[in-house]
Amino acid sequence: MSPENLLYAKTHEWVHVEEVNGQKIATMGISAFAIEALKDLAHLELPEVGKTVTAGEPLGEIESIKSVSDIYSPVTGEVIEVHSDLPDNLDSLHDDAYAGGWIAKLKITDDSSLSELMDKAGYDKLCAEEG
Amino acid sequence: MRNQQATQLLSELSKPGRVAVQWPSSDVPETPLGDLFPAESLAEQPPRLPELTEGEVVRHFTNLSTKNMSVDTHFYPLGSCTMKYNPKRNERLAGLSGIVDLHPYQPAETMQGMLQLLFELQEFLAEISGLPAVSLQPAAGAHGELTALMAASAYFRSIGEKRTVVLAPDSAHGTNPASAHMAGFKAISIKSTKAGAVDMDDFRAKLNDDIAVLMITNPSTLGLFESQMREIADAVHERGGLVYLDGANMNAILGIARPGDFGADMMHFNPHKTFSGPHGGGGPGAGPICVTEKLGAFLPSPVVVREGDRYRLDDDRPHSIGRVRSFFGNTGVLVRAYCYILSHGPEGLKQVSENAVLNANYLLSRIKHFLPVSTGDRCMHEFVASLSKQKSERGVTAMDVAKRLLDFGFHAPTVYFPMTVPEAMMMEPTETESKETLDAFVQTLFRILDEDPDMLHEAPHSTPVSRPNEVQAARSPCLKASFCN
Amino acid sequence: MYLYNTPQDQQEMLSAIGAASIDELFTQIPESLRMSRPLDLPPMQGEMQLTHHMQRLAAKNASPATHTCFLGGGSYDHFIPAAVDAIASRGEFFTSYTPYQPEVSQGNLQAMFEYQTLICELTGLDVSNASLYDGGSAIAEGVIMALNSVKHGQRVVVLGTVHPESRQILHTYFDDLGIEIVEVPCPDGTADLAEVDKAITDQTACVVVQSPNFFGSVEEVAKIAELAHAQKALVIQSFDPISLGLLRRPGDMGVDIAVAEGQSLGSPMQYGGPYLGIMACREAFVRRLPGRIAGETVDRRGNRCWVLTLQTREQHIRREKATSNICTNQGLFALRATIYLSLLGPGGLRQCANLCTQKAHYAQSELTSLERFETPFGGSFFKEFIVRDRHNQVPALLEEAREAGIFAGIPLGNWYPELDDCLLVCVTEKRTREEIDALVRTLAITNSQRATIHA
Repeated sequence: MSPENLLYAKTHEWVHVEEVNGQKIATMGISAFAIEALKDLAHLELPEVGKTVTAGEPLGEIESIKSVSDIYSPVTGEVIEVHSDLPDNLDSLHDDAYAGGWIAKLKITDDSSLSELMDKAGYDKLCAEEG
Repeated sequence: MRNQQATQLLSELSKPGRVAVQWPSSDVPETPLGDLFPAESLAEQPPRLPELTEGEVVRHFTNLSTKNMSVDTHFYPLGSCTMKYNPKRNERLAGLSGIVDLHPYQPAETMQGMLQLLFELQEFLAEISGLPAVSLQPAAGAHGELTALMAASAYFRSIGEKRTVVLAPDSAHGTNPASAHMAGFKAISIKSTKAGAVDMDDFRAKLNDDIAVLMITNPSTLGLFESQMREIADAVHERGGLVYLDGANMNAILGIARPGDFGADMMHFNPHKTFSGPHGGGGPGAGPICVTEKLGAFLPSPVVVREGDRYRLDDDRPHSIGRVRSFFGNTGVLVRAYCYILSHGPEGLKQVSENAVLNANYLLSRIKHFLPVSTGDRCMHEFVASLSKQKSERGVTAMDVAKRLLDFGFHAPTVYFPMTVPEAMMMEPTETESKETLDAFVQTLFRILDEDPDMLHEAPHSTPVSRPNEVQAARSPCLKASFCN
Repeated sequence: MYLYNTPQDQQEMLSAIGAASIDELFTQIPESLRMSRPLDLPPMQGEMQLTHHMQRLAAKNASPATHTCFLGGGSYDHFIPAAVDAIASRGEFFTSYTPYQPEVSQGNLQAMFEYQTLICELTGLDVSNASLYDGGSAIAEGVIMALNSVKHGQRVVVLGTVHPESRQILHTYFDDLGIEIVEVPCPDGTADLAEVDKAITDQTACVVVQSPNFFGSVEEVAKIAELAHAQKALVIQSFDPISLGLLRRPGDMGVDIAVAEGQSLGSPMQYGGPYLGIMACREAFVRRLPGRIAGETVDRRGNRCWVLTLQTREQHIRREKATSNICTNQGLFALRATIYLSLLGPGGLRQCANLCTQKAHYAQSELTSLERFETPFGGSFFKEFIVRDRHNQVPALLEEAREAGIFAGIPLGNWYPELDDCLLVCVTEKRTREEIDALVRTLAITNSQRATIHA
């Protein structure tokens, strides 16, 4: 799950889509850019397994000491697995926001929103503008 | 000189067998508890509480008190909090027997003095605000906001309208959107201009017939009087909406301008700011609200009414939203506000605002030479300076400077608020400070900006603790002591 | 007045500003919006005049100093040790504010942390906040917590024995928001478990119970908690802090969120406020707690210290998504409660509770030994109880007692029309046997007079 091969949302989530037994599964997390911007991470609120979300809707929350940000779902689908160890190892996100920093896996039920996501180059451009 | 032992935790100081309060033995025949309560209701033992002598308790808390900065001991220019002197007479008067020991359910005929006081306070606040109907019930400013928004909701229901949105500028205190949400509205924010005023284009774009209430803080958090106030209020009224004034900054305009005259339909006072109620380490405050005639019927019950020379509580008010707290209100704070208003009279209150604004402008005139204040050369009761230049050039943040001020015996201004100003430092000197104190503060601030950045990052250096690890506190919360006696 | 600037200071300051007059500083307020007349308020009074004025007002009020107080209903005439006032009147406590700068607020922060510790011990729950406005609004805040935690429904079950004003508050807060407040009538003075069970559905977010309840009676909280939990609803108990010297703690009975009016813990009645809203809960709900919370940490030198923590719950960060709009805490009254509990200790709290309940039972038994009075309800009570006047003359009875220097109780008809022949009597540890006997004697004389009149 190298950053180069991931898709990105405008709201700074990354997503990796693969097909398992004919079903599109999304693994998602928060980009390293966003993690650095948040600085001192204090709390991560994971979604519940079984929750269904539409792309662009809040899925969870990540907090630093004095800020709180929604984590938006980059895809439409159902949460099938969450990274339950992650809230206790928030510092690890600073080292690895990608593979080891995944937050949730979702079963995609409508893949039309995938076309709205950016590739790495597009996302880097966005970060440069915001930076 | 610091007594470390006395400021250990109570649980650490506790020693079984020590006693402070001796109760008499029962003067009525005792019935065994087992006969009075079913076994499943009775605790096997009382809660574990510290066991200490009175002297230990007094020494513990007295030593703790010396670790606080306070208005009694320090200049406390905490912007938007109006940390003015808290007159000692108010404490004694609010503590008089016949005031401090009234039971909330004693009948009206046994507390005509208290009801007279509260009635007169209702009248005073109506006069100062220019809004005739008053509820003294809310417990704090934010509670007043919530109460007024509930009353607004009831008003719209009474005229057959269902409006869903509350507008507030992005520089508003967080309580505004939070109160709107609690009252069942959707909170939408309006942009501010660089100069700190409401962005009129954004305001007009967001104004529509679904707007129930516009909440506005005027004078604003940035210390400006909203010069387009009348236009804004007229535009809201034209669309059938109401204007709520967050009265946090009333200290700037007592006897000078009245919210009811400049377009507000509803407002709250913060008596612990404007009328010198002590802040008590975070509270209590009070949040009396004043509204226009047409909204009066919706205020919480009861209110105090006068009939001839008698006073009574009126709770036969069919349109009232009901009640937002137990009993009458934060009477103790209201009594202090009453005393404060009488201690000044009409001219005195005006002089309070004149001197609060004079002090703020004087401070601004001296500070602007080394810290930019984007709102210009004049302010009302407070202003917001920015340290973004220091941050980019020397890596010195508003936090660093705030912390260093503590070393020199000044409480820090409010920092990082409002969020619309980067590296914000919001200063409100109030009228109860001398020119000498303001001069000393300016000199200190100027000197600090020249100090070694590395030293500043580690400031304060002379306080009992320095730069607590807030990340650890939030990540692994430890919210109580372990009790092991 | 408390102004510092002499005319000379003002001139110097104006010239530094570059303004000709103070008036000029206000030109940013459009002329048309400024007042053109002075405020219509009474003239200024100096300290001596004001003191006389306030003394005159105070003298028009009857207070426990002039009348023996058997009034309760959520505000209580408990004894306040002098050390509470002495410490809480220190300017370093009462003229400081919310500890935004922890380095110069360790006194307040440690006191908040100690308060949280003692409230957790008192309630048997895991976490306490640093206080809310008062007991009544704390119940509403507890309900908001429950609604945000339990996502399966918008139904709130409230027992009819919960303080009527607290129930009014719930209606004011929630009726317009599509939240259903279901009141369970309790004609027997305590909850009927079968009725409670019927009221709790799978849509119920929480059950609100007060114990000792408004009538002073002890509810079967543990059983109510079982019924609620069976439907995955939370239980909110409003409790009397003094009663926990004797009675089982909310946390030990399965309660999820405990709230209380903390006035009993060392604060004066002062006609209804400011008081202290106590709130504690189970660990699981900590991120839903409203209000300030102090937490322990270390500073950069490794010293133990305290800060405001978990601030992302609060309005100044989360704005409209905050757990509550509250930004003050009742710091000074939480401090008073902390001092009070430290002075009493476990034994003192138990003795105080025992004195209250023994004296209340003595008063109840003496009153109901009069032919005129009976108890409408059975069940056990703590420091308050209801007596029914068989002559149905409650207002006259209270007036006559008042003339004899006694506040005999609170009439209930306004809140419970079916109980308009009843009064609620409260006896704290402060009431002596003499005072109780005088109450009984006074009501007995009243009784005989009526008997004569009616004869």
